[in-house]
Amino acid sequence: MIYKETGQFKSTYESDHSIFPLIQDKIAFNILMLVAFLVVPFFIDSYWEKAILIPFLIYSMAAIGLNILTGYCGQVSLGTGGFMAVGAFATYKIMTFFPELNIMIIVLLSGVITAFVGILFGLPSLRIKGFYLAVATLASQFFIIWLFNKVPWFYNYSDTGQITVSERTMFGVAVTGANAPPYATYLFCLILVVVLGFAAKNMIRSKIGRSWMAIRDMDIAAEIIGVPPLKTKLSAFAISSFYIGIAGSLYFAVYLGALEVTESFDIMAISFPVLFMIIIGGLGSMLGSFLGAAFIVLLPIFLKNVMVDLIGLSAVTAKHFEITIWGLLMVVFLILEPHGLARLWSIAKEKLRKWPFPY
Amino acid sequence: MGLKKMLVGLLGSVIAIGGFLEVATADLKFPMLVYRTGAYAPNGIPNADGFVDYYKMINARDGGIGGEKIVFPECETGYKTQVGVECYEKHKENAMVFQPMSTGITYQLIPKASADGVTVYSTGYGRTSAKNGKVFKWIFNAPATYWDGASIAVRHILKQNMGNIKGKKIALVYHNSAYGKEPIRTLQVLAKKHGYKLMLLPVDHPGQEQKATWLKIRKQRPNYVLMWGWGVMNQVAIKQASSIKFPMENFIGIWWSGSENDVMPAGAGAHGYKALTFNAPGDDYQVHKDIKKYVHDKGQASGDGSHFGTVLYNRGLFQAMVQVEAARVAQKIHGTSKITPAMYRDGMENVDLNAKRMEELGFKNFAPPFKNTCENHGGSGLAAVQQWDAKAKKWNMITEYMYGDSEVVDKLIAEDSTKYAKEQKIAMRCN
Repeated sequence: MIYKETGQFKSTYESDHSIFPLIQDKIAFNILMLVAFLVVPFFIDSYWEKAILIPFLIYSMAAIGLNILTGYCGQVSLGTGGFMAVGAFATYKIMTFFPELNIMIIVLLSGVITAFVGILFGLPSLRIKGFYLAVATLASQFFIIWLFNKVPWFYNYSDTGQITVSERTMFGVAVTGANAPPYATYLFCLILVVVLGFAAKNMIRSKIGRSWMAIRDMDIAAEIIGVPPLKTKLSAFAISSFYIGIAGSLYFAVYLGALEVTESFDIMAISFPVLFMIIIGGLGSMLGSFLGAAFIVLLPIFLKNVMVDLIGLSAVTAKHFEITIWGLLMVVFLILEPHGLARLWSIAKEKLRKWPFPY
Repeated sequence: MGLKKMLVGLLGSVIAIGGFLEVATADLKFPMLVYRTGAYAPNGIPNADGFVDYYKMINARDGGIGGEKIVFPECETGYKTQVGVECYEKHKENAMVFQPMSTGITYQLIPKASADGVTVYSTGYGRTSAKNGKVFKWIFNAPATYWDGASIAVRHILKQNMGNIKGKKIALVYHNSAYGKEPIRTLQVLAKKHGYKLMLLPVDHPGQEQKATWLKIRKQRPNYVLMWGWGVMNQVAIKQASSIKFPMENFIGIWWSGSENDVMPAGAGAHGYKALTFNAPGDDYQVHKDIKKYVHDKGQASGDGSHFGTVLYNRGLFQAMVQVEAARVAQKIHGTSKITPAMYRDGMENVDLNAKRMEELGFKNFAPPFKNTCENHGGSGLAAVQQWDAKAKKWNMITEYMYGDSEVVDKLIAEDSTKYAKEQKIAMRCN
């Protein structure tokens, strides 16, 4: 009933190829965008900004990046933390070298730099596959963290290895630094995520995305039908790293404002959680990247707030429950639907289509 | 299938409720960022218990501060910076003071709290150059900083070697984070001054893996080992040191690496291990008697009450005492019991804990006296060396409280804080 597509005829190629072929999806998405752009900025406070929405957007960006590489191109990577660190330190260095440069350009440039680093560390993928590639990217993670610890030039010779963001503005409003108003940082991240999210979605639906998927599904067959593995794999590494680099850049400049590389980009702090995001959300799904980020980032905060403020548990008991419930839910979801939350959603849509007369 | 749909819906939408649950409170709010879980819990628990017991005692004995009850919501950070940010944002409304109990979180909060007008009190940790009140209006780190600590440790070594440590080798085993890296600069400058060689040995979070570190120490035989460790890292390091038979009296920890929980696991092997401290151990001070009477005997002890009188519990008492005293001073200055966060900062800046005041508060001879001023947010900088007696299971103070090398430290602080002021475009105060 609700998802009925009867009567929705596609008479042009454009309408047939649109991102949301169903009018219901289109309406839902447009409402979501309207709320995100025109309602939320007026109500957002610093708790919603710093604790919920900004981390959600940034991790979604990182998850999109990793999903391109792992979900669409089939190259398992454990180097997300390292690549995010490249984005963050690139931002810091560019910021201090060119104090006048616009923050949007700095963030995009950081993405480009990370893309090049990604290509470099993607080279082994031409020779090794699967778990072995995971180990190689793991090495890149450790190497990059070590490098940013060892070479003081990267953190401008500060005593503690801390890098601190300075204030930057867009249209006269601060978007980085402690004085940035919540709506500004939120809109800054939201615009980047929406624009780059659309870009990713369209890439996936075009030639380059199809060649990634061909490599993922069977690389030898893909090569035989004329998909060049070198170009395809490296482009996946480059574009994935671009997204992850931008996530790292925002993570440093907008979200935390000051960080230290070992703690902030640790494999347990970034690489594994982002990998879990795309596995739980759904490998090879844009929606999955967002659902996964919400699950990993927001669910613990939600559980904590419910248990501490609503039920009145002590902070430590709530923490123990939170860890347990979160872990259990993860297992439950993977058993219910190994293809992730995005698949659950499409099953739900399928049911809604037939509801209330399933047969 | 309804269940599946519901669960998916849960993920996307219900988080919305979370943010609106902040409970409004009238009284004096002292939010606590604690960690009773994770790799740092062995140190986090006794410290948090000290805070809670002290606040409860003040509420029960005096009916709060000047008639205003203290509320102290706990927020579990697990020593994680991101969670610390979430906790800060959640509790910053009307908060008097934040005690992050983590140098990483302190660095995070320095710009945020300065913009929001919230006091941050990092007792003997955090950013050392925050001692300079001219630049860091809202940040306090009395009674001593890491750079004081580093130079006091070197002073102790100098004393043992009749003032000559040329050519000696000193190793620093440190937590590879902002916290552990803090003393490096000072130790390097002091190395130039005194002619010792400095070996840097980072240990990554959480610090359980130190085999390679101690193998290096066994091979290169430094004369002294200093440690900036926290949580599980302390226990592992002390165990490793005793297993390679490193002479324990040449192994000196910072004040965060010298609690009972750190040395107990190594058993007799930890005998002779030294650590700095800026408060005395023991449970026979007046404040302990009061806590016993008003809190523990009523069965309201925080946690299981087993940490009563331990080093970190006592430090928690000291930290809480300074915070409460700051509120009293603020009430006096502004002539009202209902102080705002801005008034509280004035109180913190004018805290004067001389020997007489300490005695009135039940802390006689508990810690060296100190005083905050507009320029100096870092207190006296006094610390002593204590040594572990594994047979008696007790820490003994073996030196008087001593000053660090202010000639070196003050210059470094001025340098670092002016650099920060320039980067962040902060105008100097206190002129």
